[in-house]
Amino acid sequence: MSAQLPSRPHRLVVVSGGTSEPSSTRMLADRILQSTTSRAARAGVELQTTVLELRPLAADLASAQVTGFATPALQAAIDRLAVADALVIATPVYKAGVSGLVKSFVDMLDTDLLIATPTLLAATAGTARHALVADEQLRSLFAYLRALATPTSVFAASDDWGSKSLTERIDRAANELVVLIEAGVRDSMRDTSWKQYQHTFGSAATTDGFSDVDFDSDLMSLATGGTGRSTAAEPARSGS
Amino acid sequence: MQFGVFSVSDITRDPVAGTTPSEAERIQAAIAIGKKTEEVGLDVFAIGEHHNPPFFSSSPTTVLAAIAVQTKRLVLSTATTLITTNDPVRIAEEYAMLQHVSGGRMDLMFGRGNTAPVYPWFGKDIREGLPLALENYNLLHRLWREDVVDWEGRFRTPLQGFTSTPRPLDDVPPFVWHGSIRTPEIAEQAAYYGDGFFANHIFAPTRHSKRLIDFYRQRYAHYGHGTAEQAIVGLGGQAFIAKRSQDAVRQFRPYFNEAPVYGNGPTLEDFTDATPLTVGSPQEVIDKTLTFRNAFGDYQRQLFLIDHAGLPLGTVLDQLELLGSEVVPVLRREMAAGRPETVPDAPTHAGLVKAKYGDAEPRQPRPHANRGDNVTGASPYQDSDPAFQARFPLVG
Repeated sequence: MSAQLPSRPHRLVVVSGGTSEPSSTRMLADRILQSTTSRAARAGVELQTTVLELRPLAADLASAQVTGFATPALQAAIDRLAVADALVIATPVYKAGVSGLVKSFVDMLDTDLLIATPTLLAATAGTARHALVADEQLRSLFAYLRALATPTSVFAASDDWGSKSLTERIDRAANELVVLIEAGVRDSMRDTSWKQYQHTFGSAATTDGFSDVDFDSDLMSLATGGTGRSTAAEPARSGS
Repeated sequence: MQFGVFSVSDITRDPVAGTTPSEAERIQAAIAIGKKTEEVGLDVFAIGEHHNPPFFSSSPTTVLAAIAVQTKRLVLSTATTLITTNDPVRIAEEYAMLQHVSGGRMDLMFGRGNTAPVYPWFGKDIREGLPLALENYNLLHRLWREDVVDWEGRFRTPLQGFTSTPRPLDDVPPFVWHGSIRTPEIAEQAAYYGDGFFANHIFAPTRHSKRLIDFYRQRYAHYGHGTAEQAIVGLGGQAFIAKRSQDAVRQFRPYFNEAPVYGNGPTLEDFTDATPLTVGSPQEVIDKTLTFRNAFGDYQRQLFLIDHAGLPLGTVLDQLELLGSEVVPVLRREMAAGRPETVPDAPTHAGLVKAKYGDAEPRQPRPHANRGDNVTGASPYQDSDPAFQARFPLVG
């Protein structure tokens, strides 16, 4: 991973899994985007923002689940996430869980795509009884992807839209996201420890040649006629 | 450049006729398809290996040997031979035997196999699939090149003084292709040994195969076997052909819709747009196949999948006719045009013999008469190097 150029604006991608129009999930995503943008402006952090609606990708995602490969439209969405400096993920809660649309999108992401990417998690529901979906489901899902979730996630039930405290939570989470973007944690972590994570050959996270291939691994030794077993006499191998 | 067909060996219900062929019918069909492949002027017939229904090809060498004795020119191959769950010693023996029986008209392709339960049935663990494949091939590579092998690894019982028989025909090992979709270690092993690399190239867009082939080419050059352009690349492909494009679509759609792997998924139109599959006229198949060279560079072997998804034998034989009469002759011409002379053809037995011996007579190993230590001998053949002594305690 190359060091970030100081002049480049930070790319923020907002992913919305809302399906109706207007959807409360998209409304929440927009509020978060608004708050993040104004906070970034105040902190002198230049943001380039895009919103990625999953609804138009619904058929692509269904197809990808059975074929195992992304359609061009879906690949374009994945490629946008690959270069995002930060994310907002907003899902509706269906049947006490993350929406299938959002989950099927996440299922198509390479496991190393979002490593150390600051991510604000958000969920909407018809009732406050689903308040922990963001923290108990989205957070563990993005922990698996080694994304860097903000300490505050944002949940909005129908009632919350009449409450000032929703705005306060949005602002707090947006502030956390901006701080993480500004600190450059994504690039620092990737620059210092990229090889220590698991990678899949051909992941959309790898754009520079064959940098994801570890030629010093035990398996590569085995591939080239060796025994593939590290011994005490050999130096420690990375990626083993 | 070689053109041929490869079969998965699936036994799938014919969705149009509503019937499922028996194992007996499909096995005889495979032999008929093999013979027809030669008859229509194609070069290669390859068959897969599976150890569970609904597949029939558990013993590819037997099927290939049957086709070999009924053909004259055809190269028999596999797609793929399981390098994980098979004992590499048995692979060495069985395929050397096929090489003799077929007069050198064979090679083989290795794959790992992705059916999890098959591994424990053969005492293996799919989580160890990759190291198993790599280690097994390292051993196999030696078994075909050294008369007497001492060997110890992680997965197989050790060998002391083992001779794999018969020795390869003319003492020239069968050519090997390594098939993989996304495993750089497999491409690395192919490059390291100077073997061929094959991309299945059926179920996913071309770009999915491209990165690993580029990697293999680069590593082939790295290990000094030639330039990247000279690396030995094979590609899969899939076609259903009719004189008129709309007839092809109409005839193939019911088979596509219920096909294993992609059936009941994307539409035929979306899938043909996205993947190497062509359903159309001979010209459309030609046009799509020619894009493969643009994507991957000049390559050595093109295999088409034509006998799966329940297509009846008669249809498959008709497909072969069209492939042989209208598609491949044009592809041969087009692929040859502009192909640099430095890019080699796919290795054949005759070519490998020539490379090893020039105009000299090939070695023909003749064993010593039984002298009591043939089981673990350091010099099993009359022309064995007498200076090579056993490194193990000889019995008696």
